[in-house]
Amino acid sequence: MRITYNREACQGHNRCYLLAPELFDVDDEGYAVLLISDEVPEELLAKAQLAVDNCPEYAISMTQSMPESGSPT
Amino acid sequence: MSASERCEVTNWQTDFDHTAPEYAADAPAIWEGLRETCPVAHSDRFGGTWLPTRHEEISAIAHDTEHFSSRGVIVSVFEPDIPAPVGYAPPITSDPPFHEVARRLLLPAFSPKAIRPIEAPTRAFCSQLIDQILAQQDSTGVVDAAELYAQHIPVRVIAHMLGVPAEDGDRFRGFIHRILERAGQNEEPVPPEETMVFYILEQIALRRGAPSDDLIGFLLDAEIDGVPLTDEHVLGTIALILLAGIDTTWSAIGASIWHLAQNPDQTARLIAEPELMPFAVEEMLRAFAPVTMARKVAKDVDLGGSRLHEGDWVLLPFPAANRDPEFFESPNEVILDRQKNRHAAFGLGIHRCLGSNLARMELTVALQEWLARVPEFELADPEAVLWSTGQVRGPRKLPIRILASNAASTGKETL
Repeated sequence: MRITYNREACQGHNRCYLLAPELFDVDDEGYAVLLISDEVPEELLAKAQLAVDNCPEYAISMTQSMPESGSPT
Repeated sequence: MSASERCEVTNWQTDFDHTAPEYAADAPAIWEGLRETCPVAHSDRFGGTWLPTRHEEISAIAHDTEHFSSRGVIVSVFEPDIPAPVGYAPPITSDPPFHEVARRLLLPAFSPKAIRPIEAPTRAFCSQLIDQILAQQDSTGVVDAAELYAQHIPVRVIAHMLGVPAEDGDRFRGFIHRILERAGQNEEPVPPEETMVFYILEQIALRRGAPSDDLIGFLLDAEIDGVPLTDEHVLGTIALILLAGIDTTWSAIGASIWHLAQNPDQTARLIAEPELMPFAVEEMLRAFAPVTMARKVAKDVDLGGSRLHEGDWVLLPFPAANRDPEFFESPNEVILDRQKNRHAAFGLGIHRCLGSNLARMELTVALQEWLARVPEFELADPEAVLWSTGQVRGPRKLPIRILASNAASTGKETL
């Protein structure tokens, strides 16, 4: 699983930063900064789900990582 | 028209009055009734006001700055006198594009990392308040947790942030009573030197030529595109910080204590499992969100089957959104470890409460300190609990009976 974070939708509620500081930091203005671009490690999946489920702005989602499969021709 | 002359509400669908004492006392039940029968209610009061009660419409309005202007955020018979996009208390009364400029100026001062240094002194202050409460209590053990505890915490924190004397807090509460709790209701004229504007201008004058490292000093030094802020902007923003951060947080602390006083099993669980606190705090904020915002309709628009017209008021009851069964499972139940909680206590969209990190810290610390010192308590007289009227809802009288208490305060440096 990978995390997708939409900076445009983020309004700085900081729920993700509080629930999953291993995955999210905040910048000087209080907007979230996603710390991880790769696969979410197994042990942080539950925290990632909390970040998704508590974002009032739906700015965070998790997607199944697709196997590398080249672009359609 | 004074409060005593107010017409009684007989029909909440067509004639609601969010300033009525019965609304204050029973708002969640009123929202529930409306949600099922008339999810966007209308009243002719205050020149025409709408009251949506479902999460869907409340969220839609909060995210739609084209049809809904923030130039008026407190429903009143008076028209807001400073037009969009700046408004009378930027950035809360500002619309895009000015809103973002005014907000970005303030965001760093209220970020989670900027708030952190205030936590320890806030904790010490809470502890000191409890020392006083325990020392003063008589043989009945009955104390007012709103008057003696909840209300003092945000007053002191905001005074600290603004850099004004701690003892000015009593004046803040007077401003809040007149401006927010009795908004739009004619009262005795206020002598000019007792007004909030006079107070703030006095504080500004003290800092002109004598720089200070508090928020007022920061605003006096701040520039937008190389130009200092206008006097109206500085005044409006200080007024906002002073008004918005006090009765709101005080309400959340009081409502949480009110809830725990009636649920000793949850109190005991929170003490036994302190790791639940971050979830519990968000759940209290969801269930007892104090703040209802408002908007002015900027362009005619359809909402939930009704046509809203330019100039109409629209209340934004975030607490009602937080109790919508379409959006939350078991919304009327307080679940201390609720895992899915996209609550809107701090609003939604670009006007998300600027002070949310501060409020969250204060609520967390206030509850932690209370539970550490007063692990057992109950409502002394449920009928005597008095909820505030207007757009900020919380207990203003909260007599509780202390059943068990712990001495020992740490004596750390306070605010």
